[in-house]
Amino acid sequence: MNLTLKVWRQKNGNAKGELKTYPVKDISPDMSFLEMFDVLNEELITKGDEPVAFDHDCREGICGMCSMYINGRPHGPLQGVTTCQLHMRSFKDGDTIVVEPWRAAAFPVIKDLTVDRTAFDRIIASGGYVSVNTGNAKDANNILIGKEEADEAFSAAACIGCGACVAACKNASAMLFVSAKVSQLALLPQGQVEAKTRVEKMVAQMDAEGFGSCTNTGACHAECPKEISLEHIARLNREYLGAKLSSNNVSI
Amino acid sequence: MSKLDSKIPEGPIDQKWTKYRSTIPLVNPANKRSLEVIVVGSGLAGSSAAATLAEMGYQVKVFCFQDSPRRAHSIAAQGGINAAKNYQNDGDSTYRLFYDTIKGGDYRAREANVHRLAEVSANIIDQCVAQGVPFAREYGGVLRNRSFGGTQVQRTFYAAGQTGQQLLLGAYSALERQIGLGKVEMYSRHEMLDTVTIDGKCRGIIARNLITGKLERYFGHAVLLCTGGYGNVFYLSTNAMGSNVTAAWKAHKKGAFFANPCYTQIHPTCIPVSGDHQSKLTLMSESLRNDGRIWVPKKKDDPRAANDIPEDERDYYLERRYPAFGNLVPRDVASRAAKERCDAGYGVGASKQAVYLDFKSNLINKYGRREATKKGIENPSLETLIALGKEVVKEEYGNLFDMYKQITGEDPYEVPMRIYPAVHYTMGGLWVDYNLMTTVPGLYALGEANFSDHGANRLGASALMQGLADGYFVIPYTIGVYLSNEIRTKSIPTDHEAFVQAEKNVKETLDKFLSIKGTKSVDHFHKRLGKIMWEKCGMARTKEGLESAIKEIQALKAEFWKDVRVPGSNEEFNPELEKAGRVADFIELGELMCIDALNRNESCGGHFREEYQEEGGEAKRDDENYKYVAAWEYKGDSAFELHKEELVYENIKIAQRSYK
Repeated sequence: MNLTLKVWRQKNGNAKGELKTYPVKDISPDMSFLEMFDVLNEELITKGDEPVAFDHDCREGICGMCSMYINGRPHGPLQGVTTCQLHMRSFKDGDTIVVEPWRAAAFPVIKDLTVDRTAFDRIIASGGYVSVNTGNAKDANNILIGKEEADEAFSAAACIGCGACVAACKNASAMLFVSAKVSQLALLPQGQVEAKTRVEKMVAQMDAEGFGSCTNTGACHAECPKEISLEHIARLNREYLGAKLSSNNVSI
Repeated sequence: MSKLDSKIPEGPIDQKWTKYRSTIPLVNPANKRSLEVIVVGSGLAGSSAAATLAEMGYQVKVFCFQDSPRRAHSIAAQGGINAAKNYQNDGDSTYRLFYDTIKGGDYRAREANVHRLAEVSANIIDQCVAQGVPFAREYGGVLRNRSFGGTQVQRTFYAAGQTGQQLLLGAYSALERQIGLGKVEMYSRHEMLDTVTIDGKCRGIIARNLITGKLERYFGHAVLLCTGGYGNVFYLSTNAMGSNVTAAWKAHKKGAFFANPCYTQIHPTCIPVSGDHQSKLTLMSESLRNDGRIWVPKKKDDPRAANDIPEDERDYYLERRYPAFGNLVPRDVASRAAKERCDAGYGVGASKQAVYLDFKSNLINKYGRREATKKGIENPSLETLIALGKEVVKEEYGNLFDMYKQITGEDPYEVPMRIYPAVHYTMGGLWVDYNLMTTVPGLYALGEANFSDHGANRLGASALMQGLADGYFVIPYTIGVYLSNEIRTKSIPTDHEAFVQAEKNVKETLDKFLSIKGTKSVDHFHKRLGKIMWEKCGMARTKEGLESAIKEIQALKAEFWKDVRVPGSNEEFNPELEKAGRVADFIELGELMCIDALNRNESCGGHFREEYQEEGGEAKRDDENYKYVAAWEYKGDSAFELHKEELVYENIKIAQRSYK
């Protein structure tokens, strides 16, 4: 099939960007969206033009690196699918496809479709862990965890940290991402000791990074490639309120 | 006299590690604070090592080329992680895991290392659970297990089909905690492009800041390469697009021996290639062989759809050939058997290069009936059984089934998966001693980047085990052997001549790529290299094929350096320039892989030389002449010198590997 791409081109973080139009020909419906970009780049390189910079790595939907905003939707038209797992059979011959980077103040553009998502790492570093050093952990089966709790914790832990939730949100809020980690650890006995400080610190860091507020529109869940549930946001709110009411940290 | 000293401790195998660990020199807390360790790569091995070393008090710097340490390719591991816990009461033990691993590796791994791996395997599960890794559990709250290939016990712990993700996020959270505490400095979007050697010791690295293009120098008392494997030398593999050999290869050119480069794991269950546009291959976890049965039609070129072929016209060839292990034979055996059937004309799908992996019968009989009984449904209809079975299969492998459907457009709950072998893992890597140190003092290799534990074939669910064993439980101790002698070494300023020279060399290479301004893209050369490697150094190898491959690779190398086109400049974010460096190194490595495969006149594990096979097509080892690790020393362009480390088996009787 033949398509028209309108792709965001931006030399670097300081430069002004614009949409540029590129026709692509003979695209197989079995190609992934990123393989279609490989074809485009191969063509650009052969012509002596600059290829489009975009993030990608595992190409099997788990690393969370790919991040294209396709026709106004993070990761494109399908539900529960990353850009790398989106295949061209989801498009029609003759389609025009607009491709932009994630748009959020906390995710500055590096070049073209590549953005800086290190804010997410800093949020995890602020408290998204259980403080346990290596060695001396007790036998794993000494901690019994009910199947439902374990499954629910797993469903939160399935977050790949791609940032689609932020890109989908009109406020560029990171609540779904943050809630997934808070929720996972709040559900498990291992996470109880630090539960209050964890949620306080992670929310404080989220705000400091410049992510917006959550107004519960649910766009994040609708666009999340791992379909992380809004229930985790509810749980984060409960954890946060509980912590604010009862924690010893009055300053954060 | 061999240059290789494996430094295996004295004593009986089951006491070597415990005893050695207690006698390793210690570094006191004050001295640890002034010792700096560089960790390159942030996968399971890198993140776990970095977090643990920082917890112990060392100054740690971590480098990864991705935008976040959480993206390292360990994240994509699916099926599980082995541990000798014997939670299933099925007779598992440290010795059995040790034995299975040595046998699975076709008697080409080092006994002492493998035993240590089996010993610490149980600690890994404890550590991960303590971190909050959500493993699959039973209703009573205890951990669940499943089976993997090459074993007859259930020792694999898992989190649906996303075990690697959960383990890596555990290690990543430990790492981020240390970053938050200021004990680790993290350099993401940085690629190591050379090591720096001063007075014979590795003292740092040159890294390129991938956003600005700036070359940066970093000092470390020791450098740990945790940079994964080199499967992408084949272009098409299950590895991530960015996975590369550059760090290991640069170290090799600076004196680290490269061991058993020809040992490549071809994984039997991957989604087949669909066309020339394909950029990577996708694995369907080995765990699927717990519940999926592999078959081809009994009739050649059978035109019928899979579901129209009756039971008695199906050839469950693994169950037929290997009744004791059935569908759970090791990967090398399963891959060769699939190739044999396809080559003989029984392949399925449009390309005829695929076999079926079928869940129907277990879905209905194993799970459907069990659930029906649980729910007290009498005489359930076929539809009910299928619906009930689907629920269970979805819980165990849902993400894999979804992925299959996305890629192929077919629903594996309804029709069997089509699968074919693909490059997945590399057992070879930098040669390391018992302390995980390479032949360059102060330079270590952990995880898939080293060669030590899997011999000529790795068993499923053992890569995660090894990465975390090396990072959490081995290097934190063994690095003390070296660092305890370094407490008087002050940080070396990076304006030292060796740093200046190394950076200059890196800069010259980058400038060279940009100055060629040829006519073909980097990918063009990568694809051609991959084709040579897959056809001549892939699942089956011959003397003639390897000899011609070496010539073709040399010609390709010459053409690459004359005709590659790398756009853009060095002073910016330039993914094409990154790729050029990686492919240049892959080309050189490809040649060494062929040389190693040509040298090894036997078949063992993943290395199959057509000239050396038993009557029924099984691999024919030559223990008399090849029971050694082939460690290659770089001697200049296309020149490598072979060093041998003889393998000694004192605790396992070497036998022909049989899964019948």
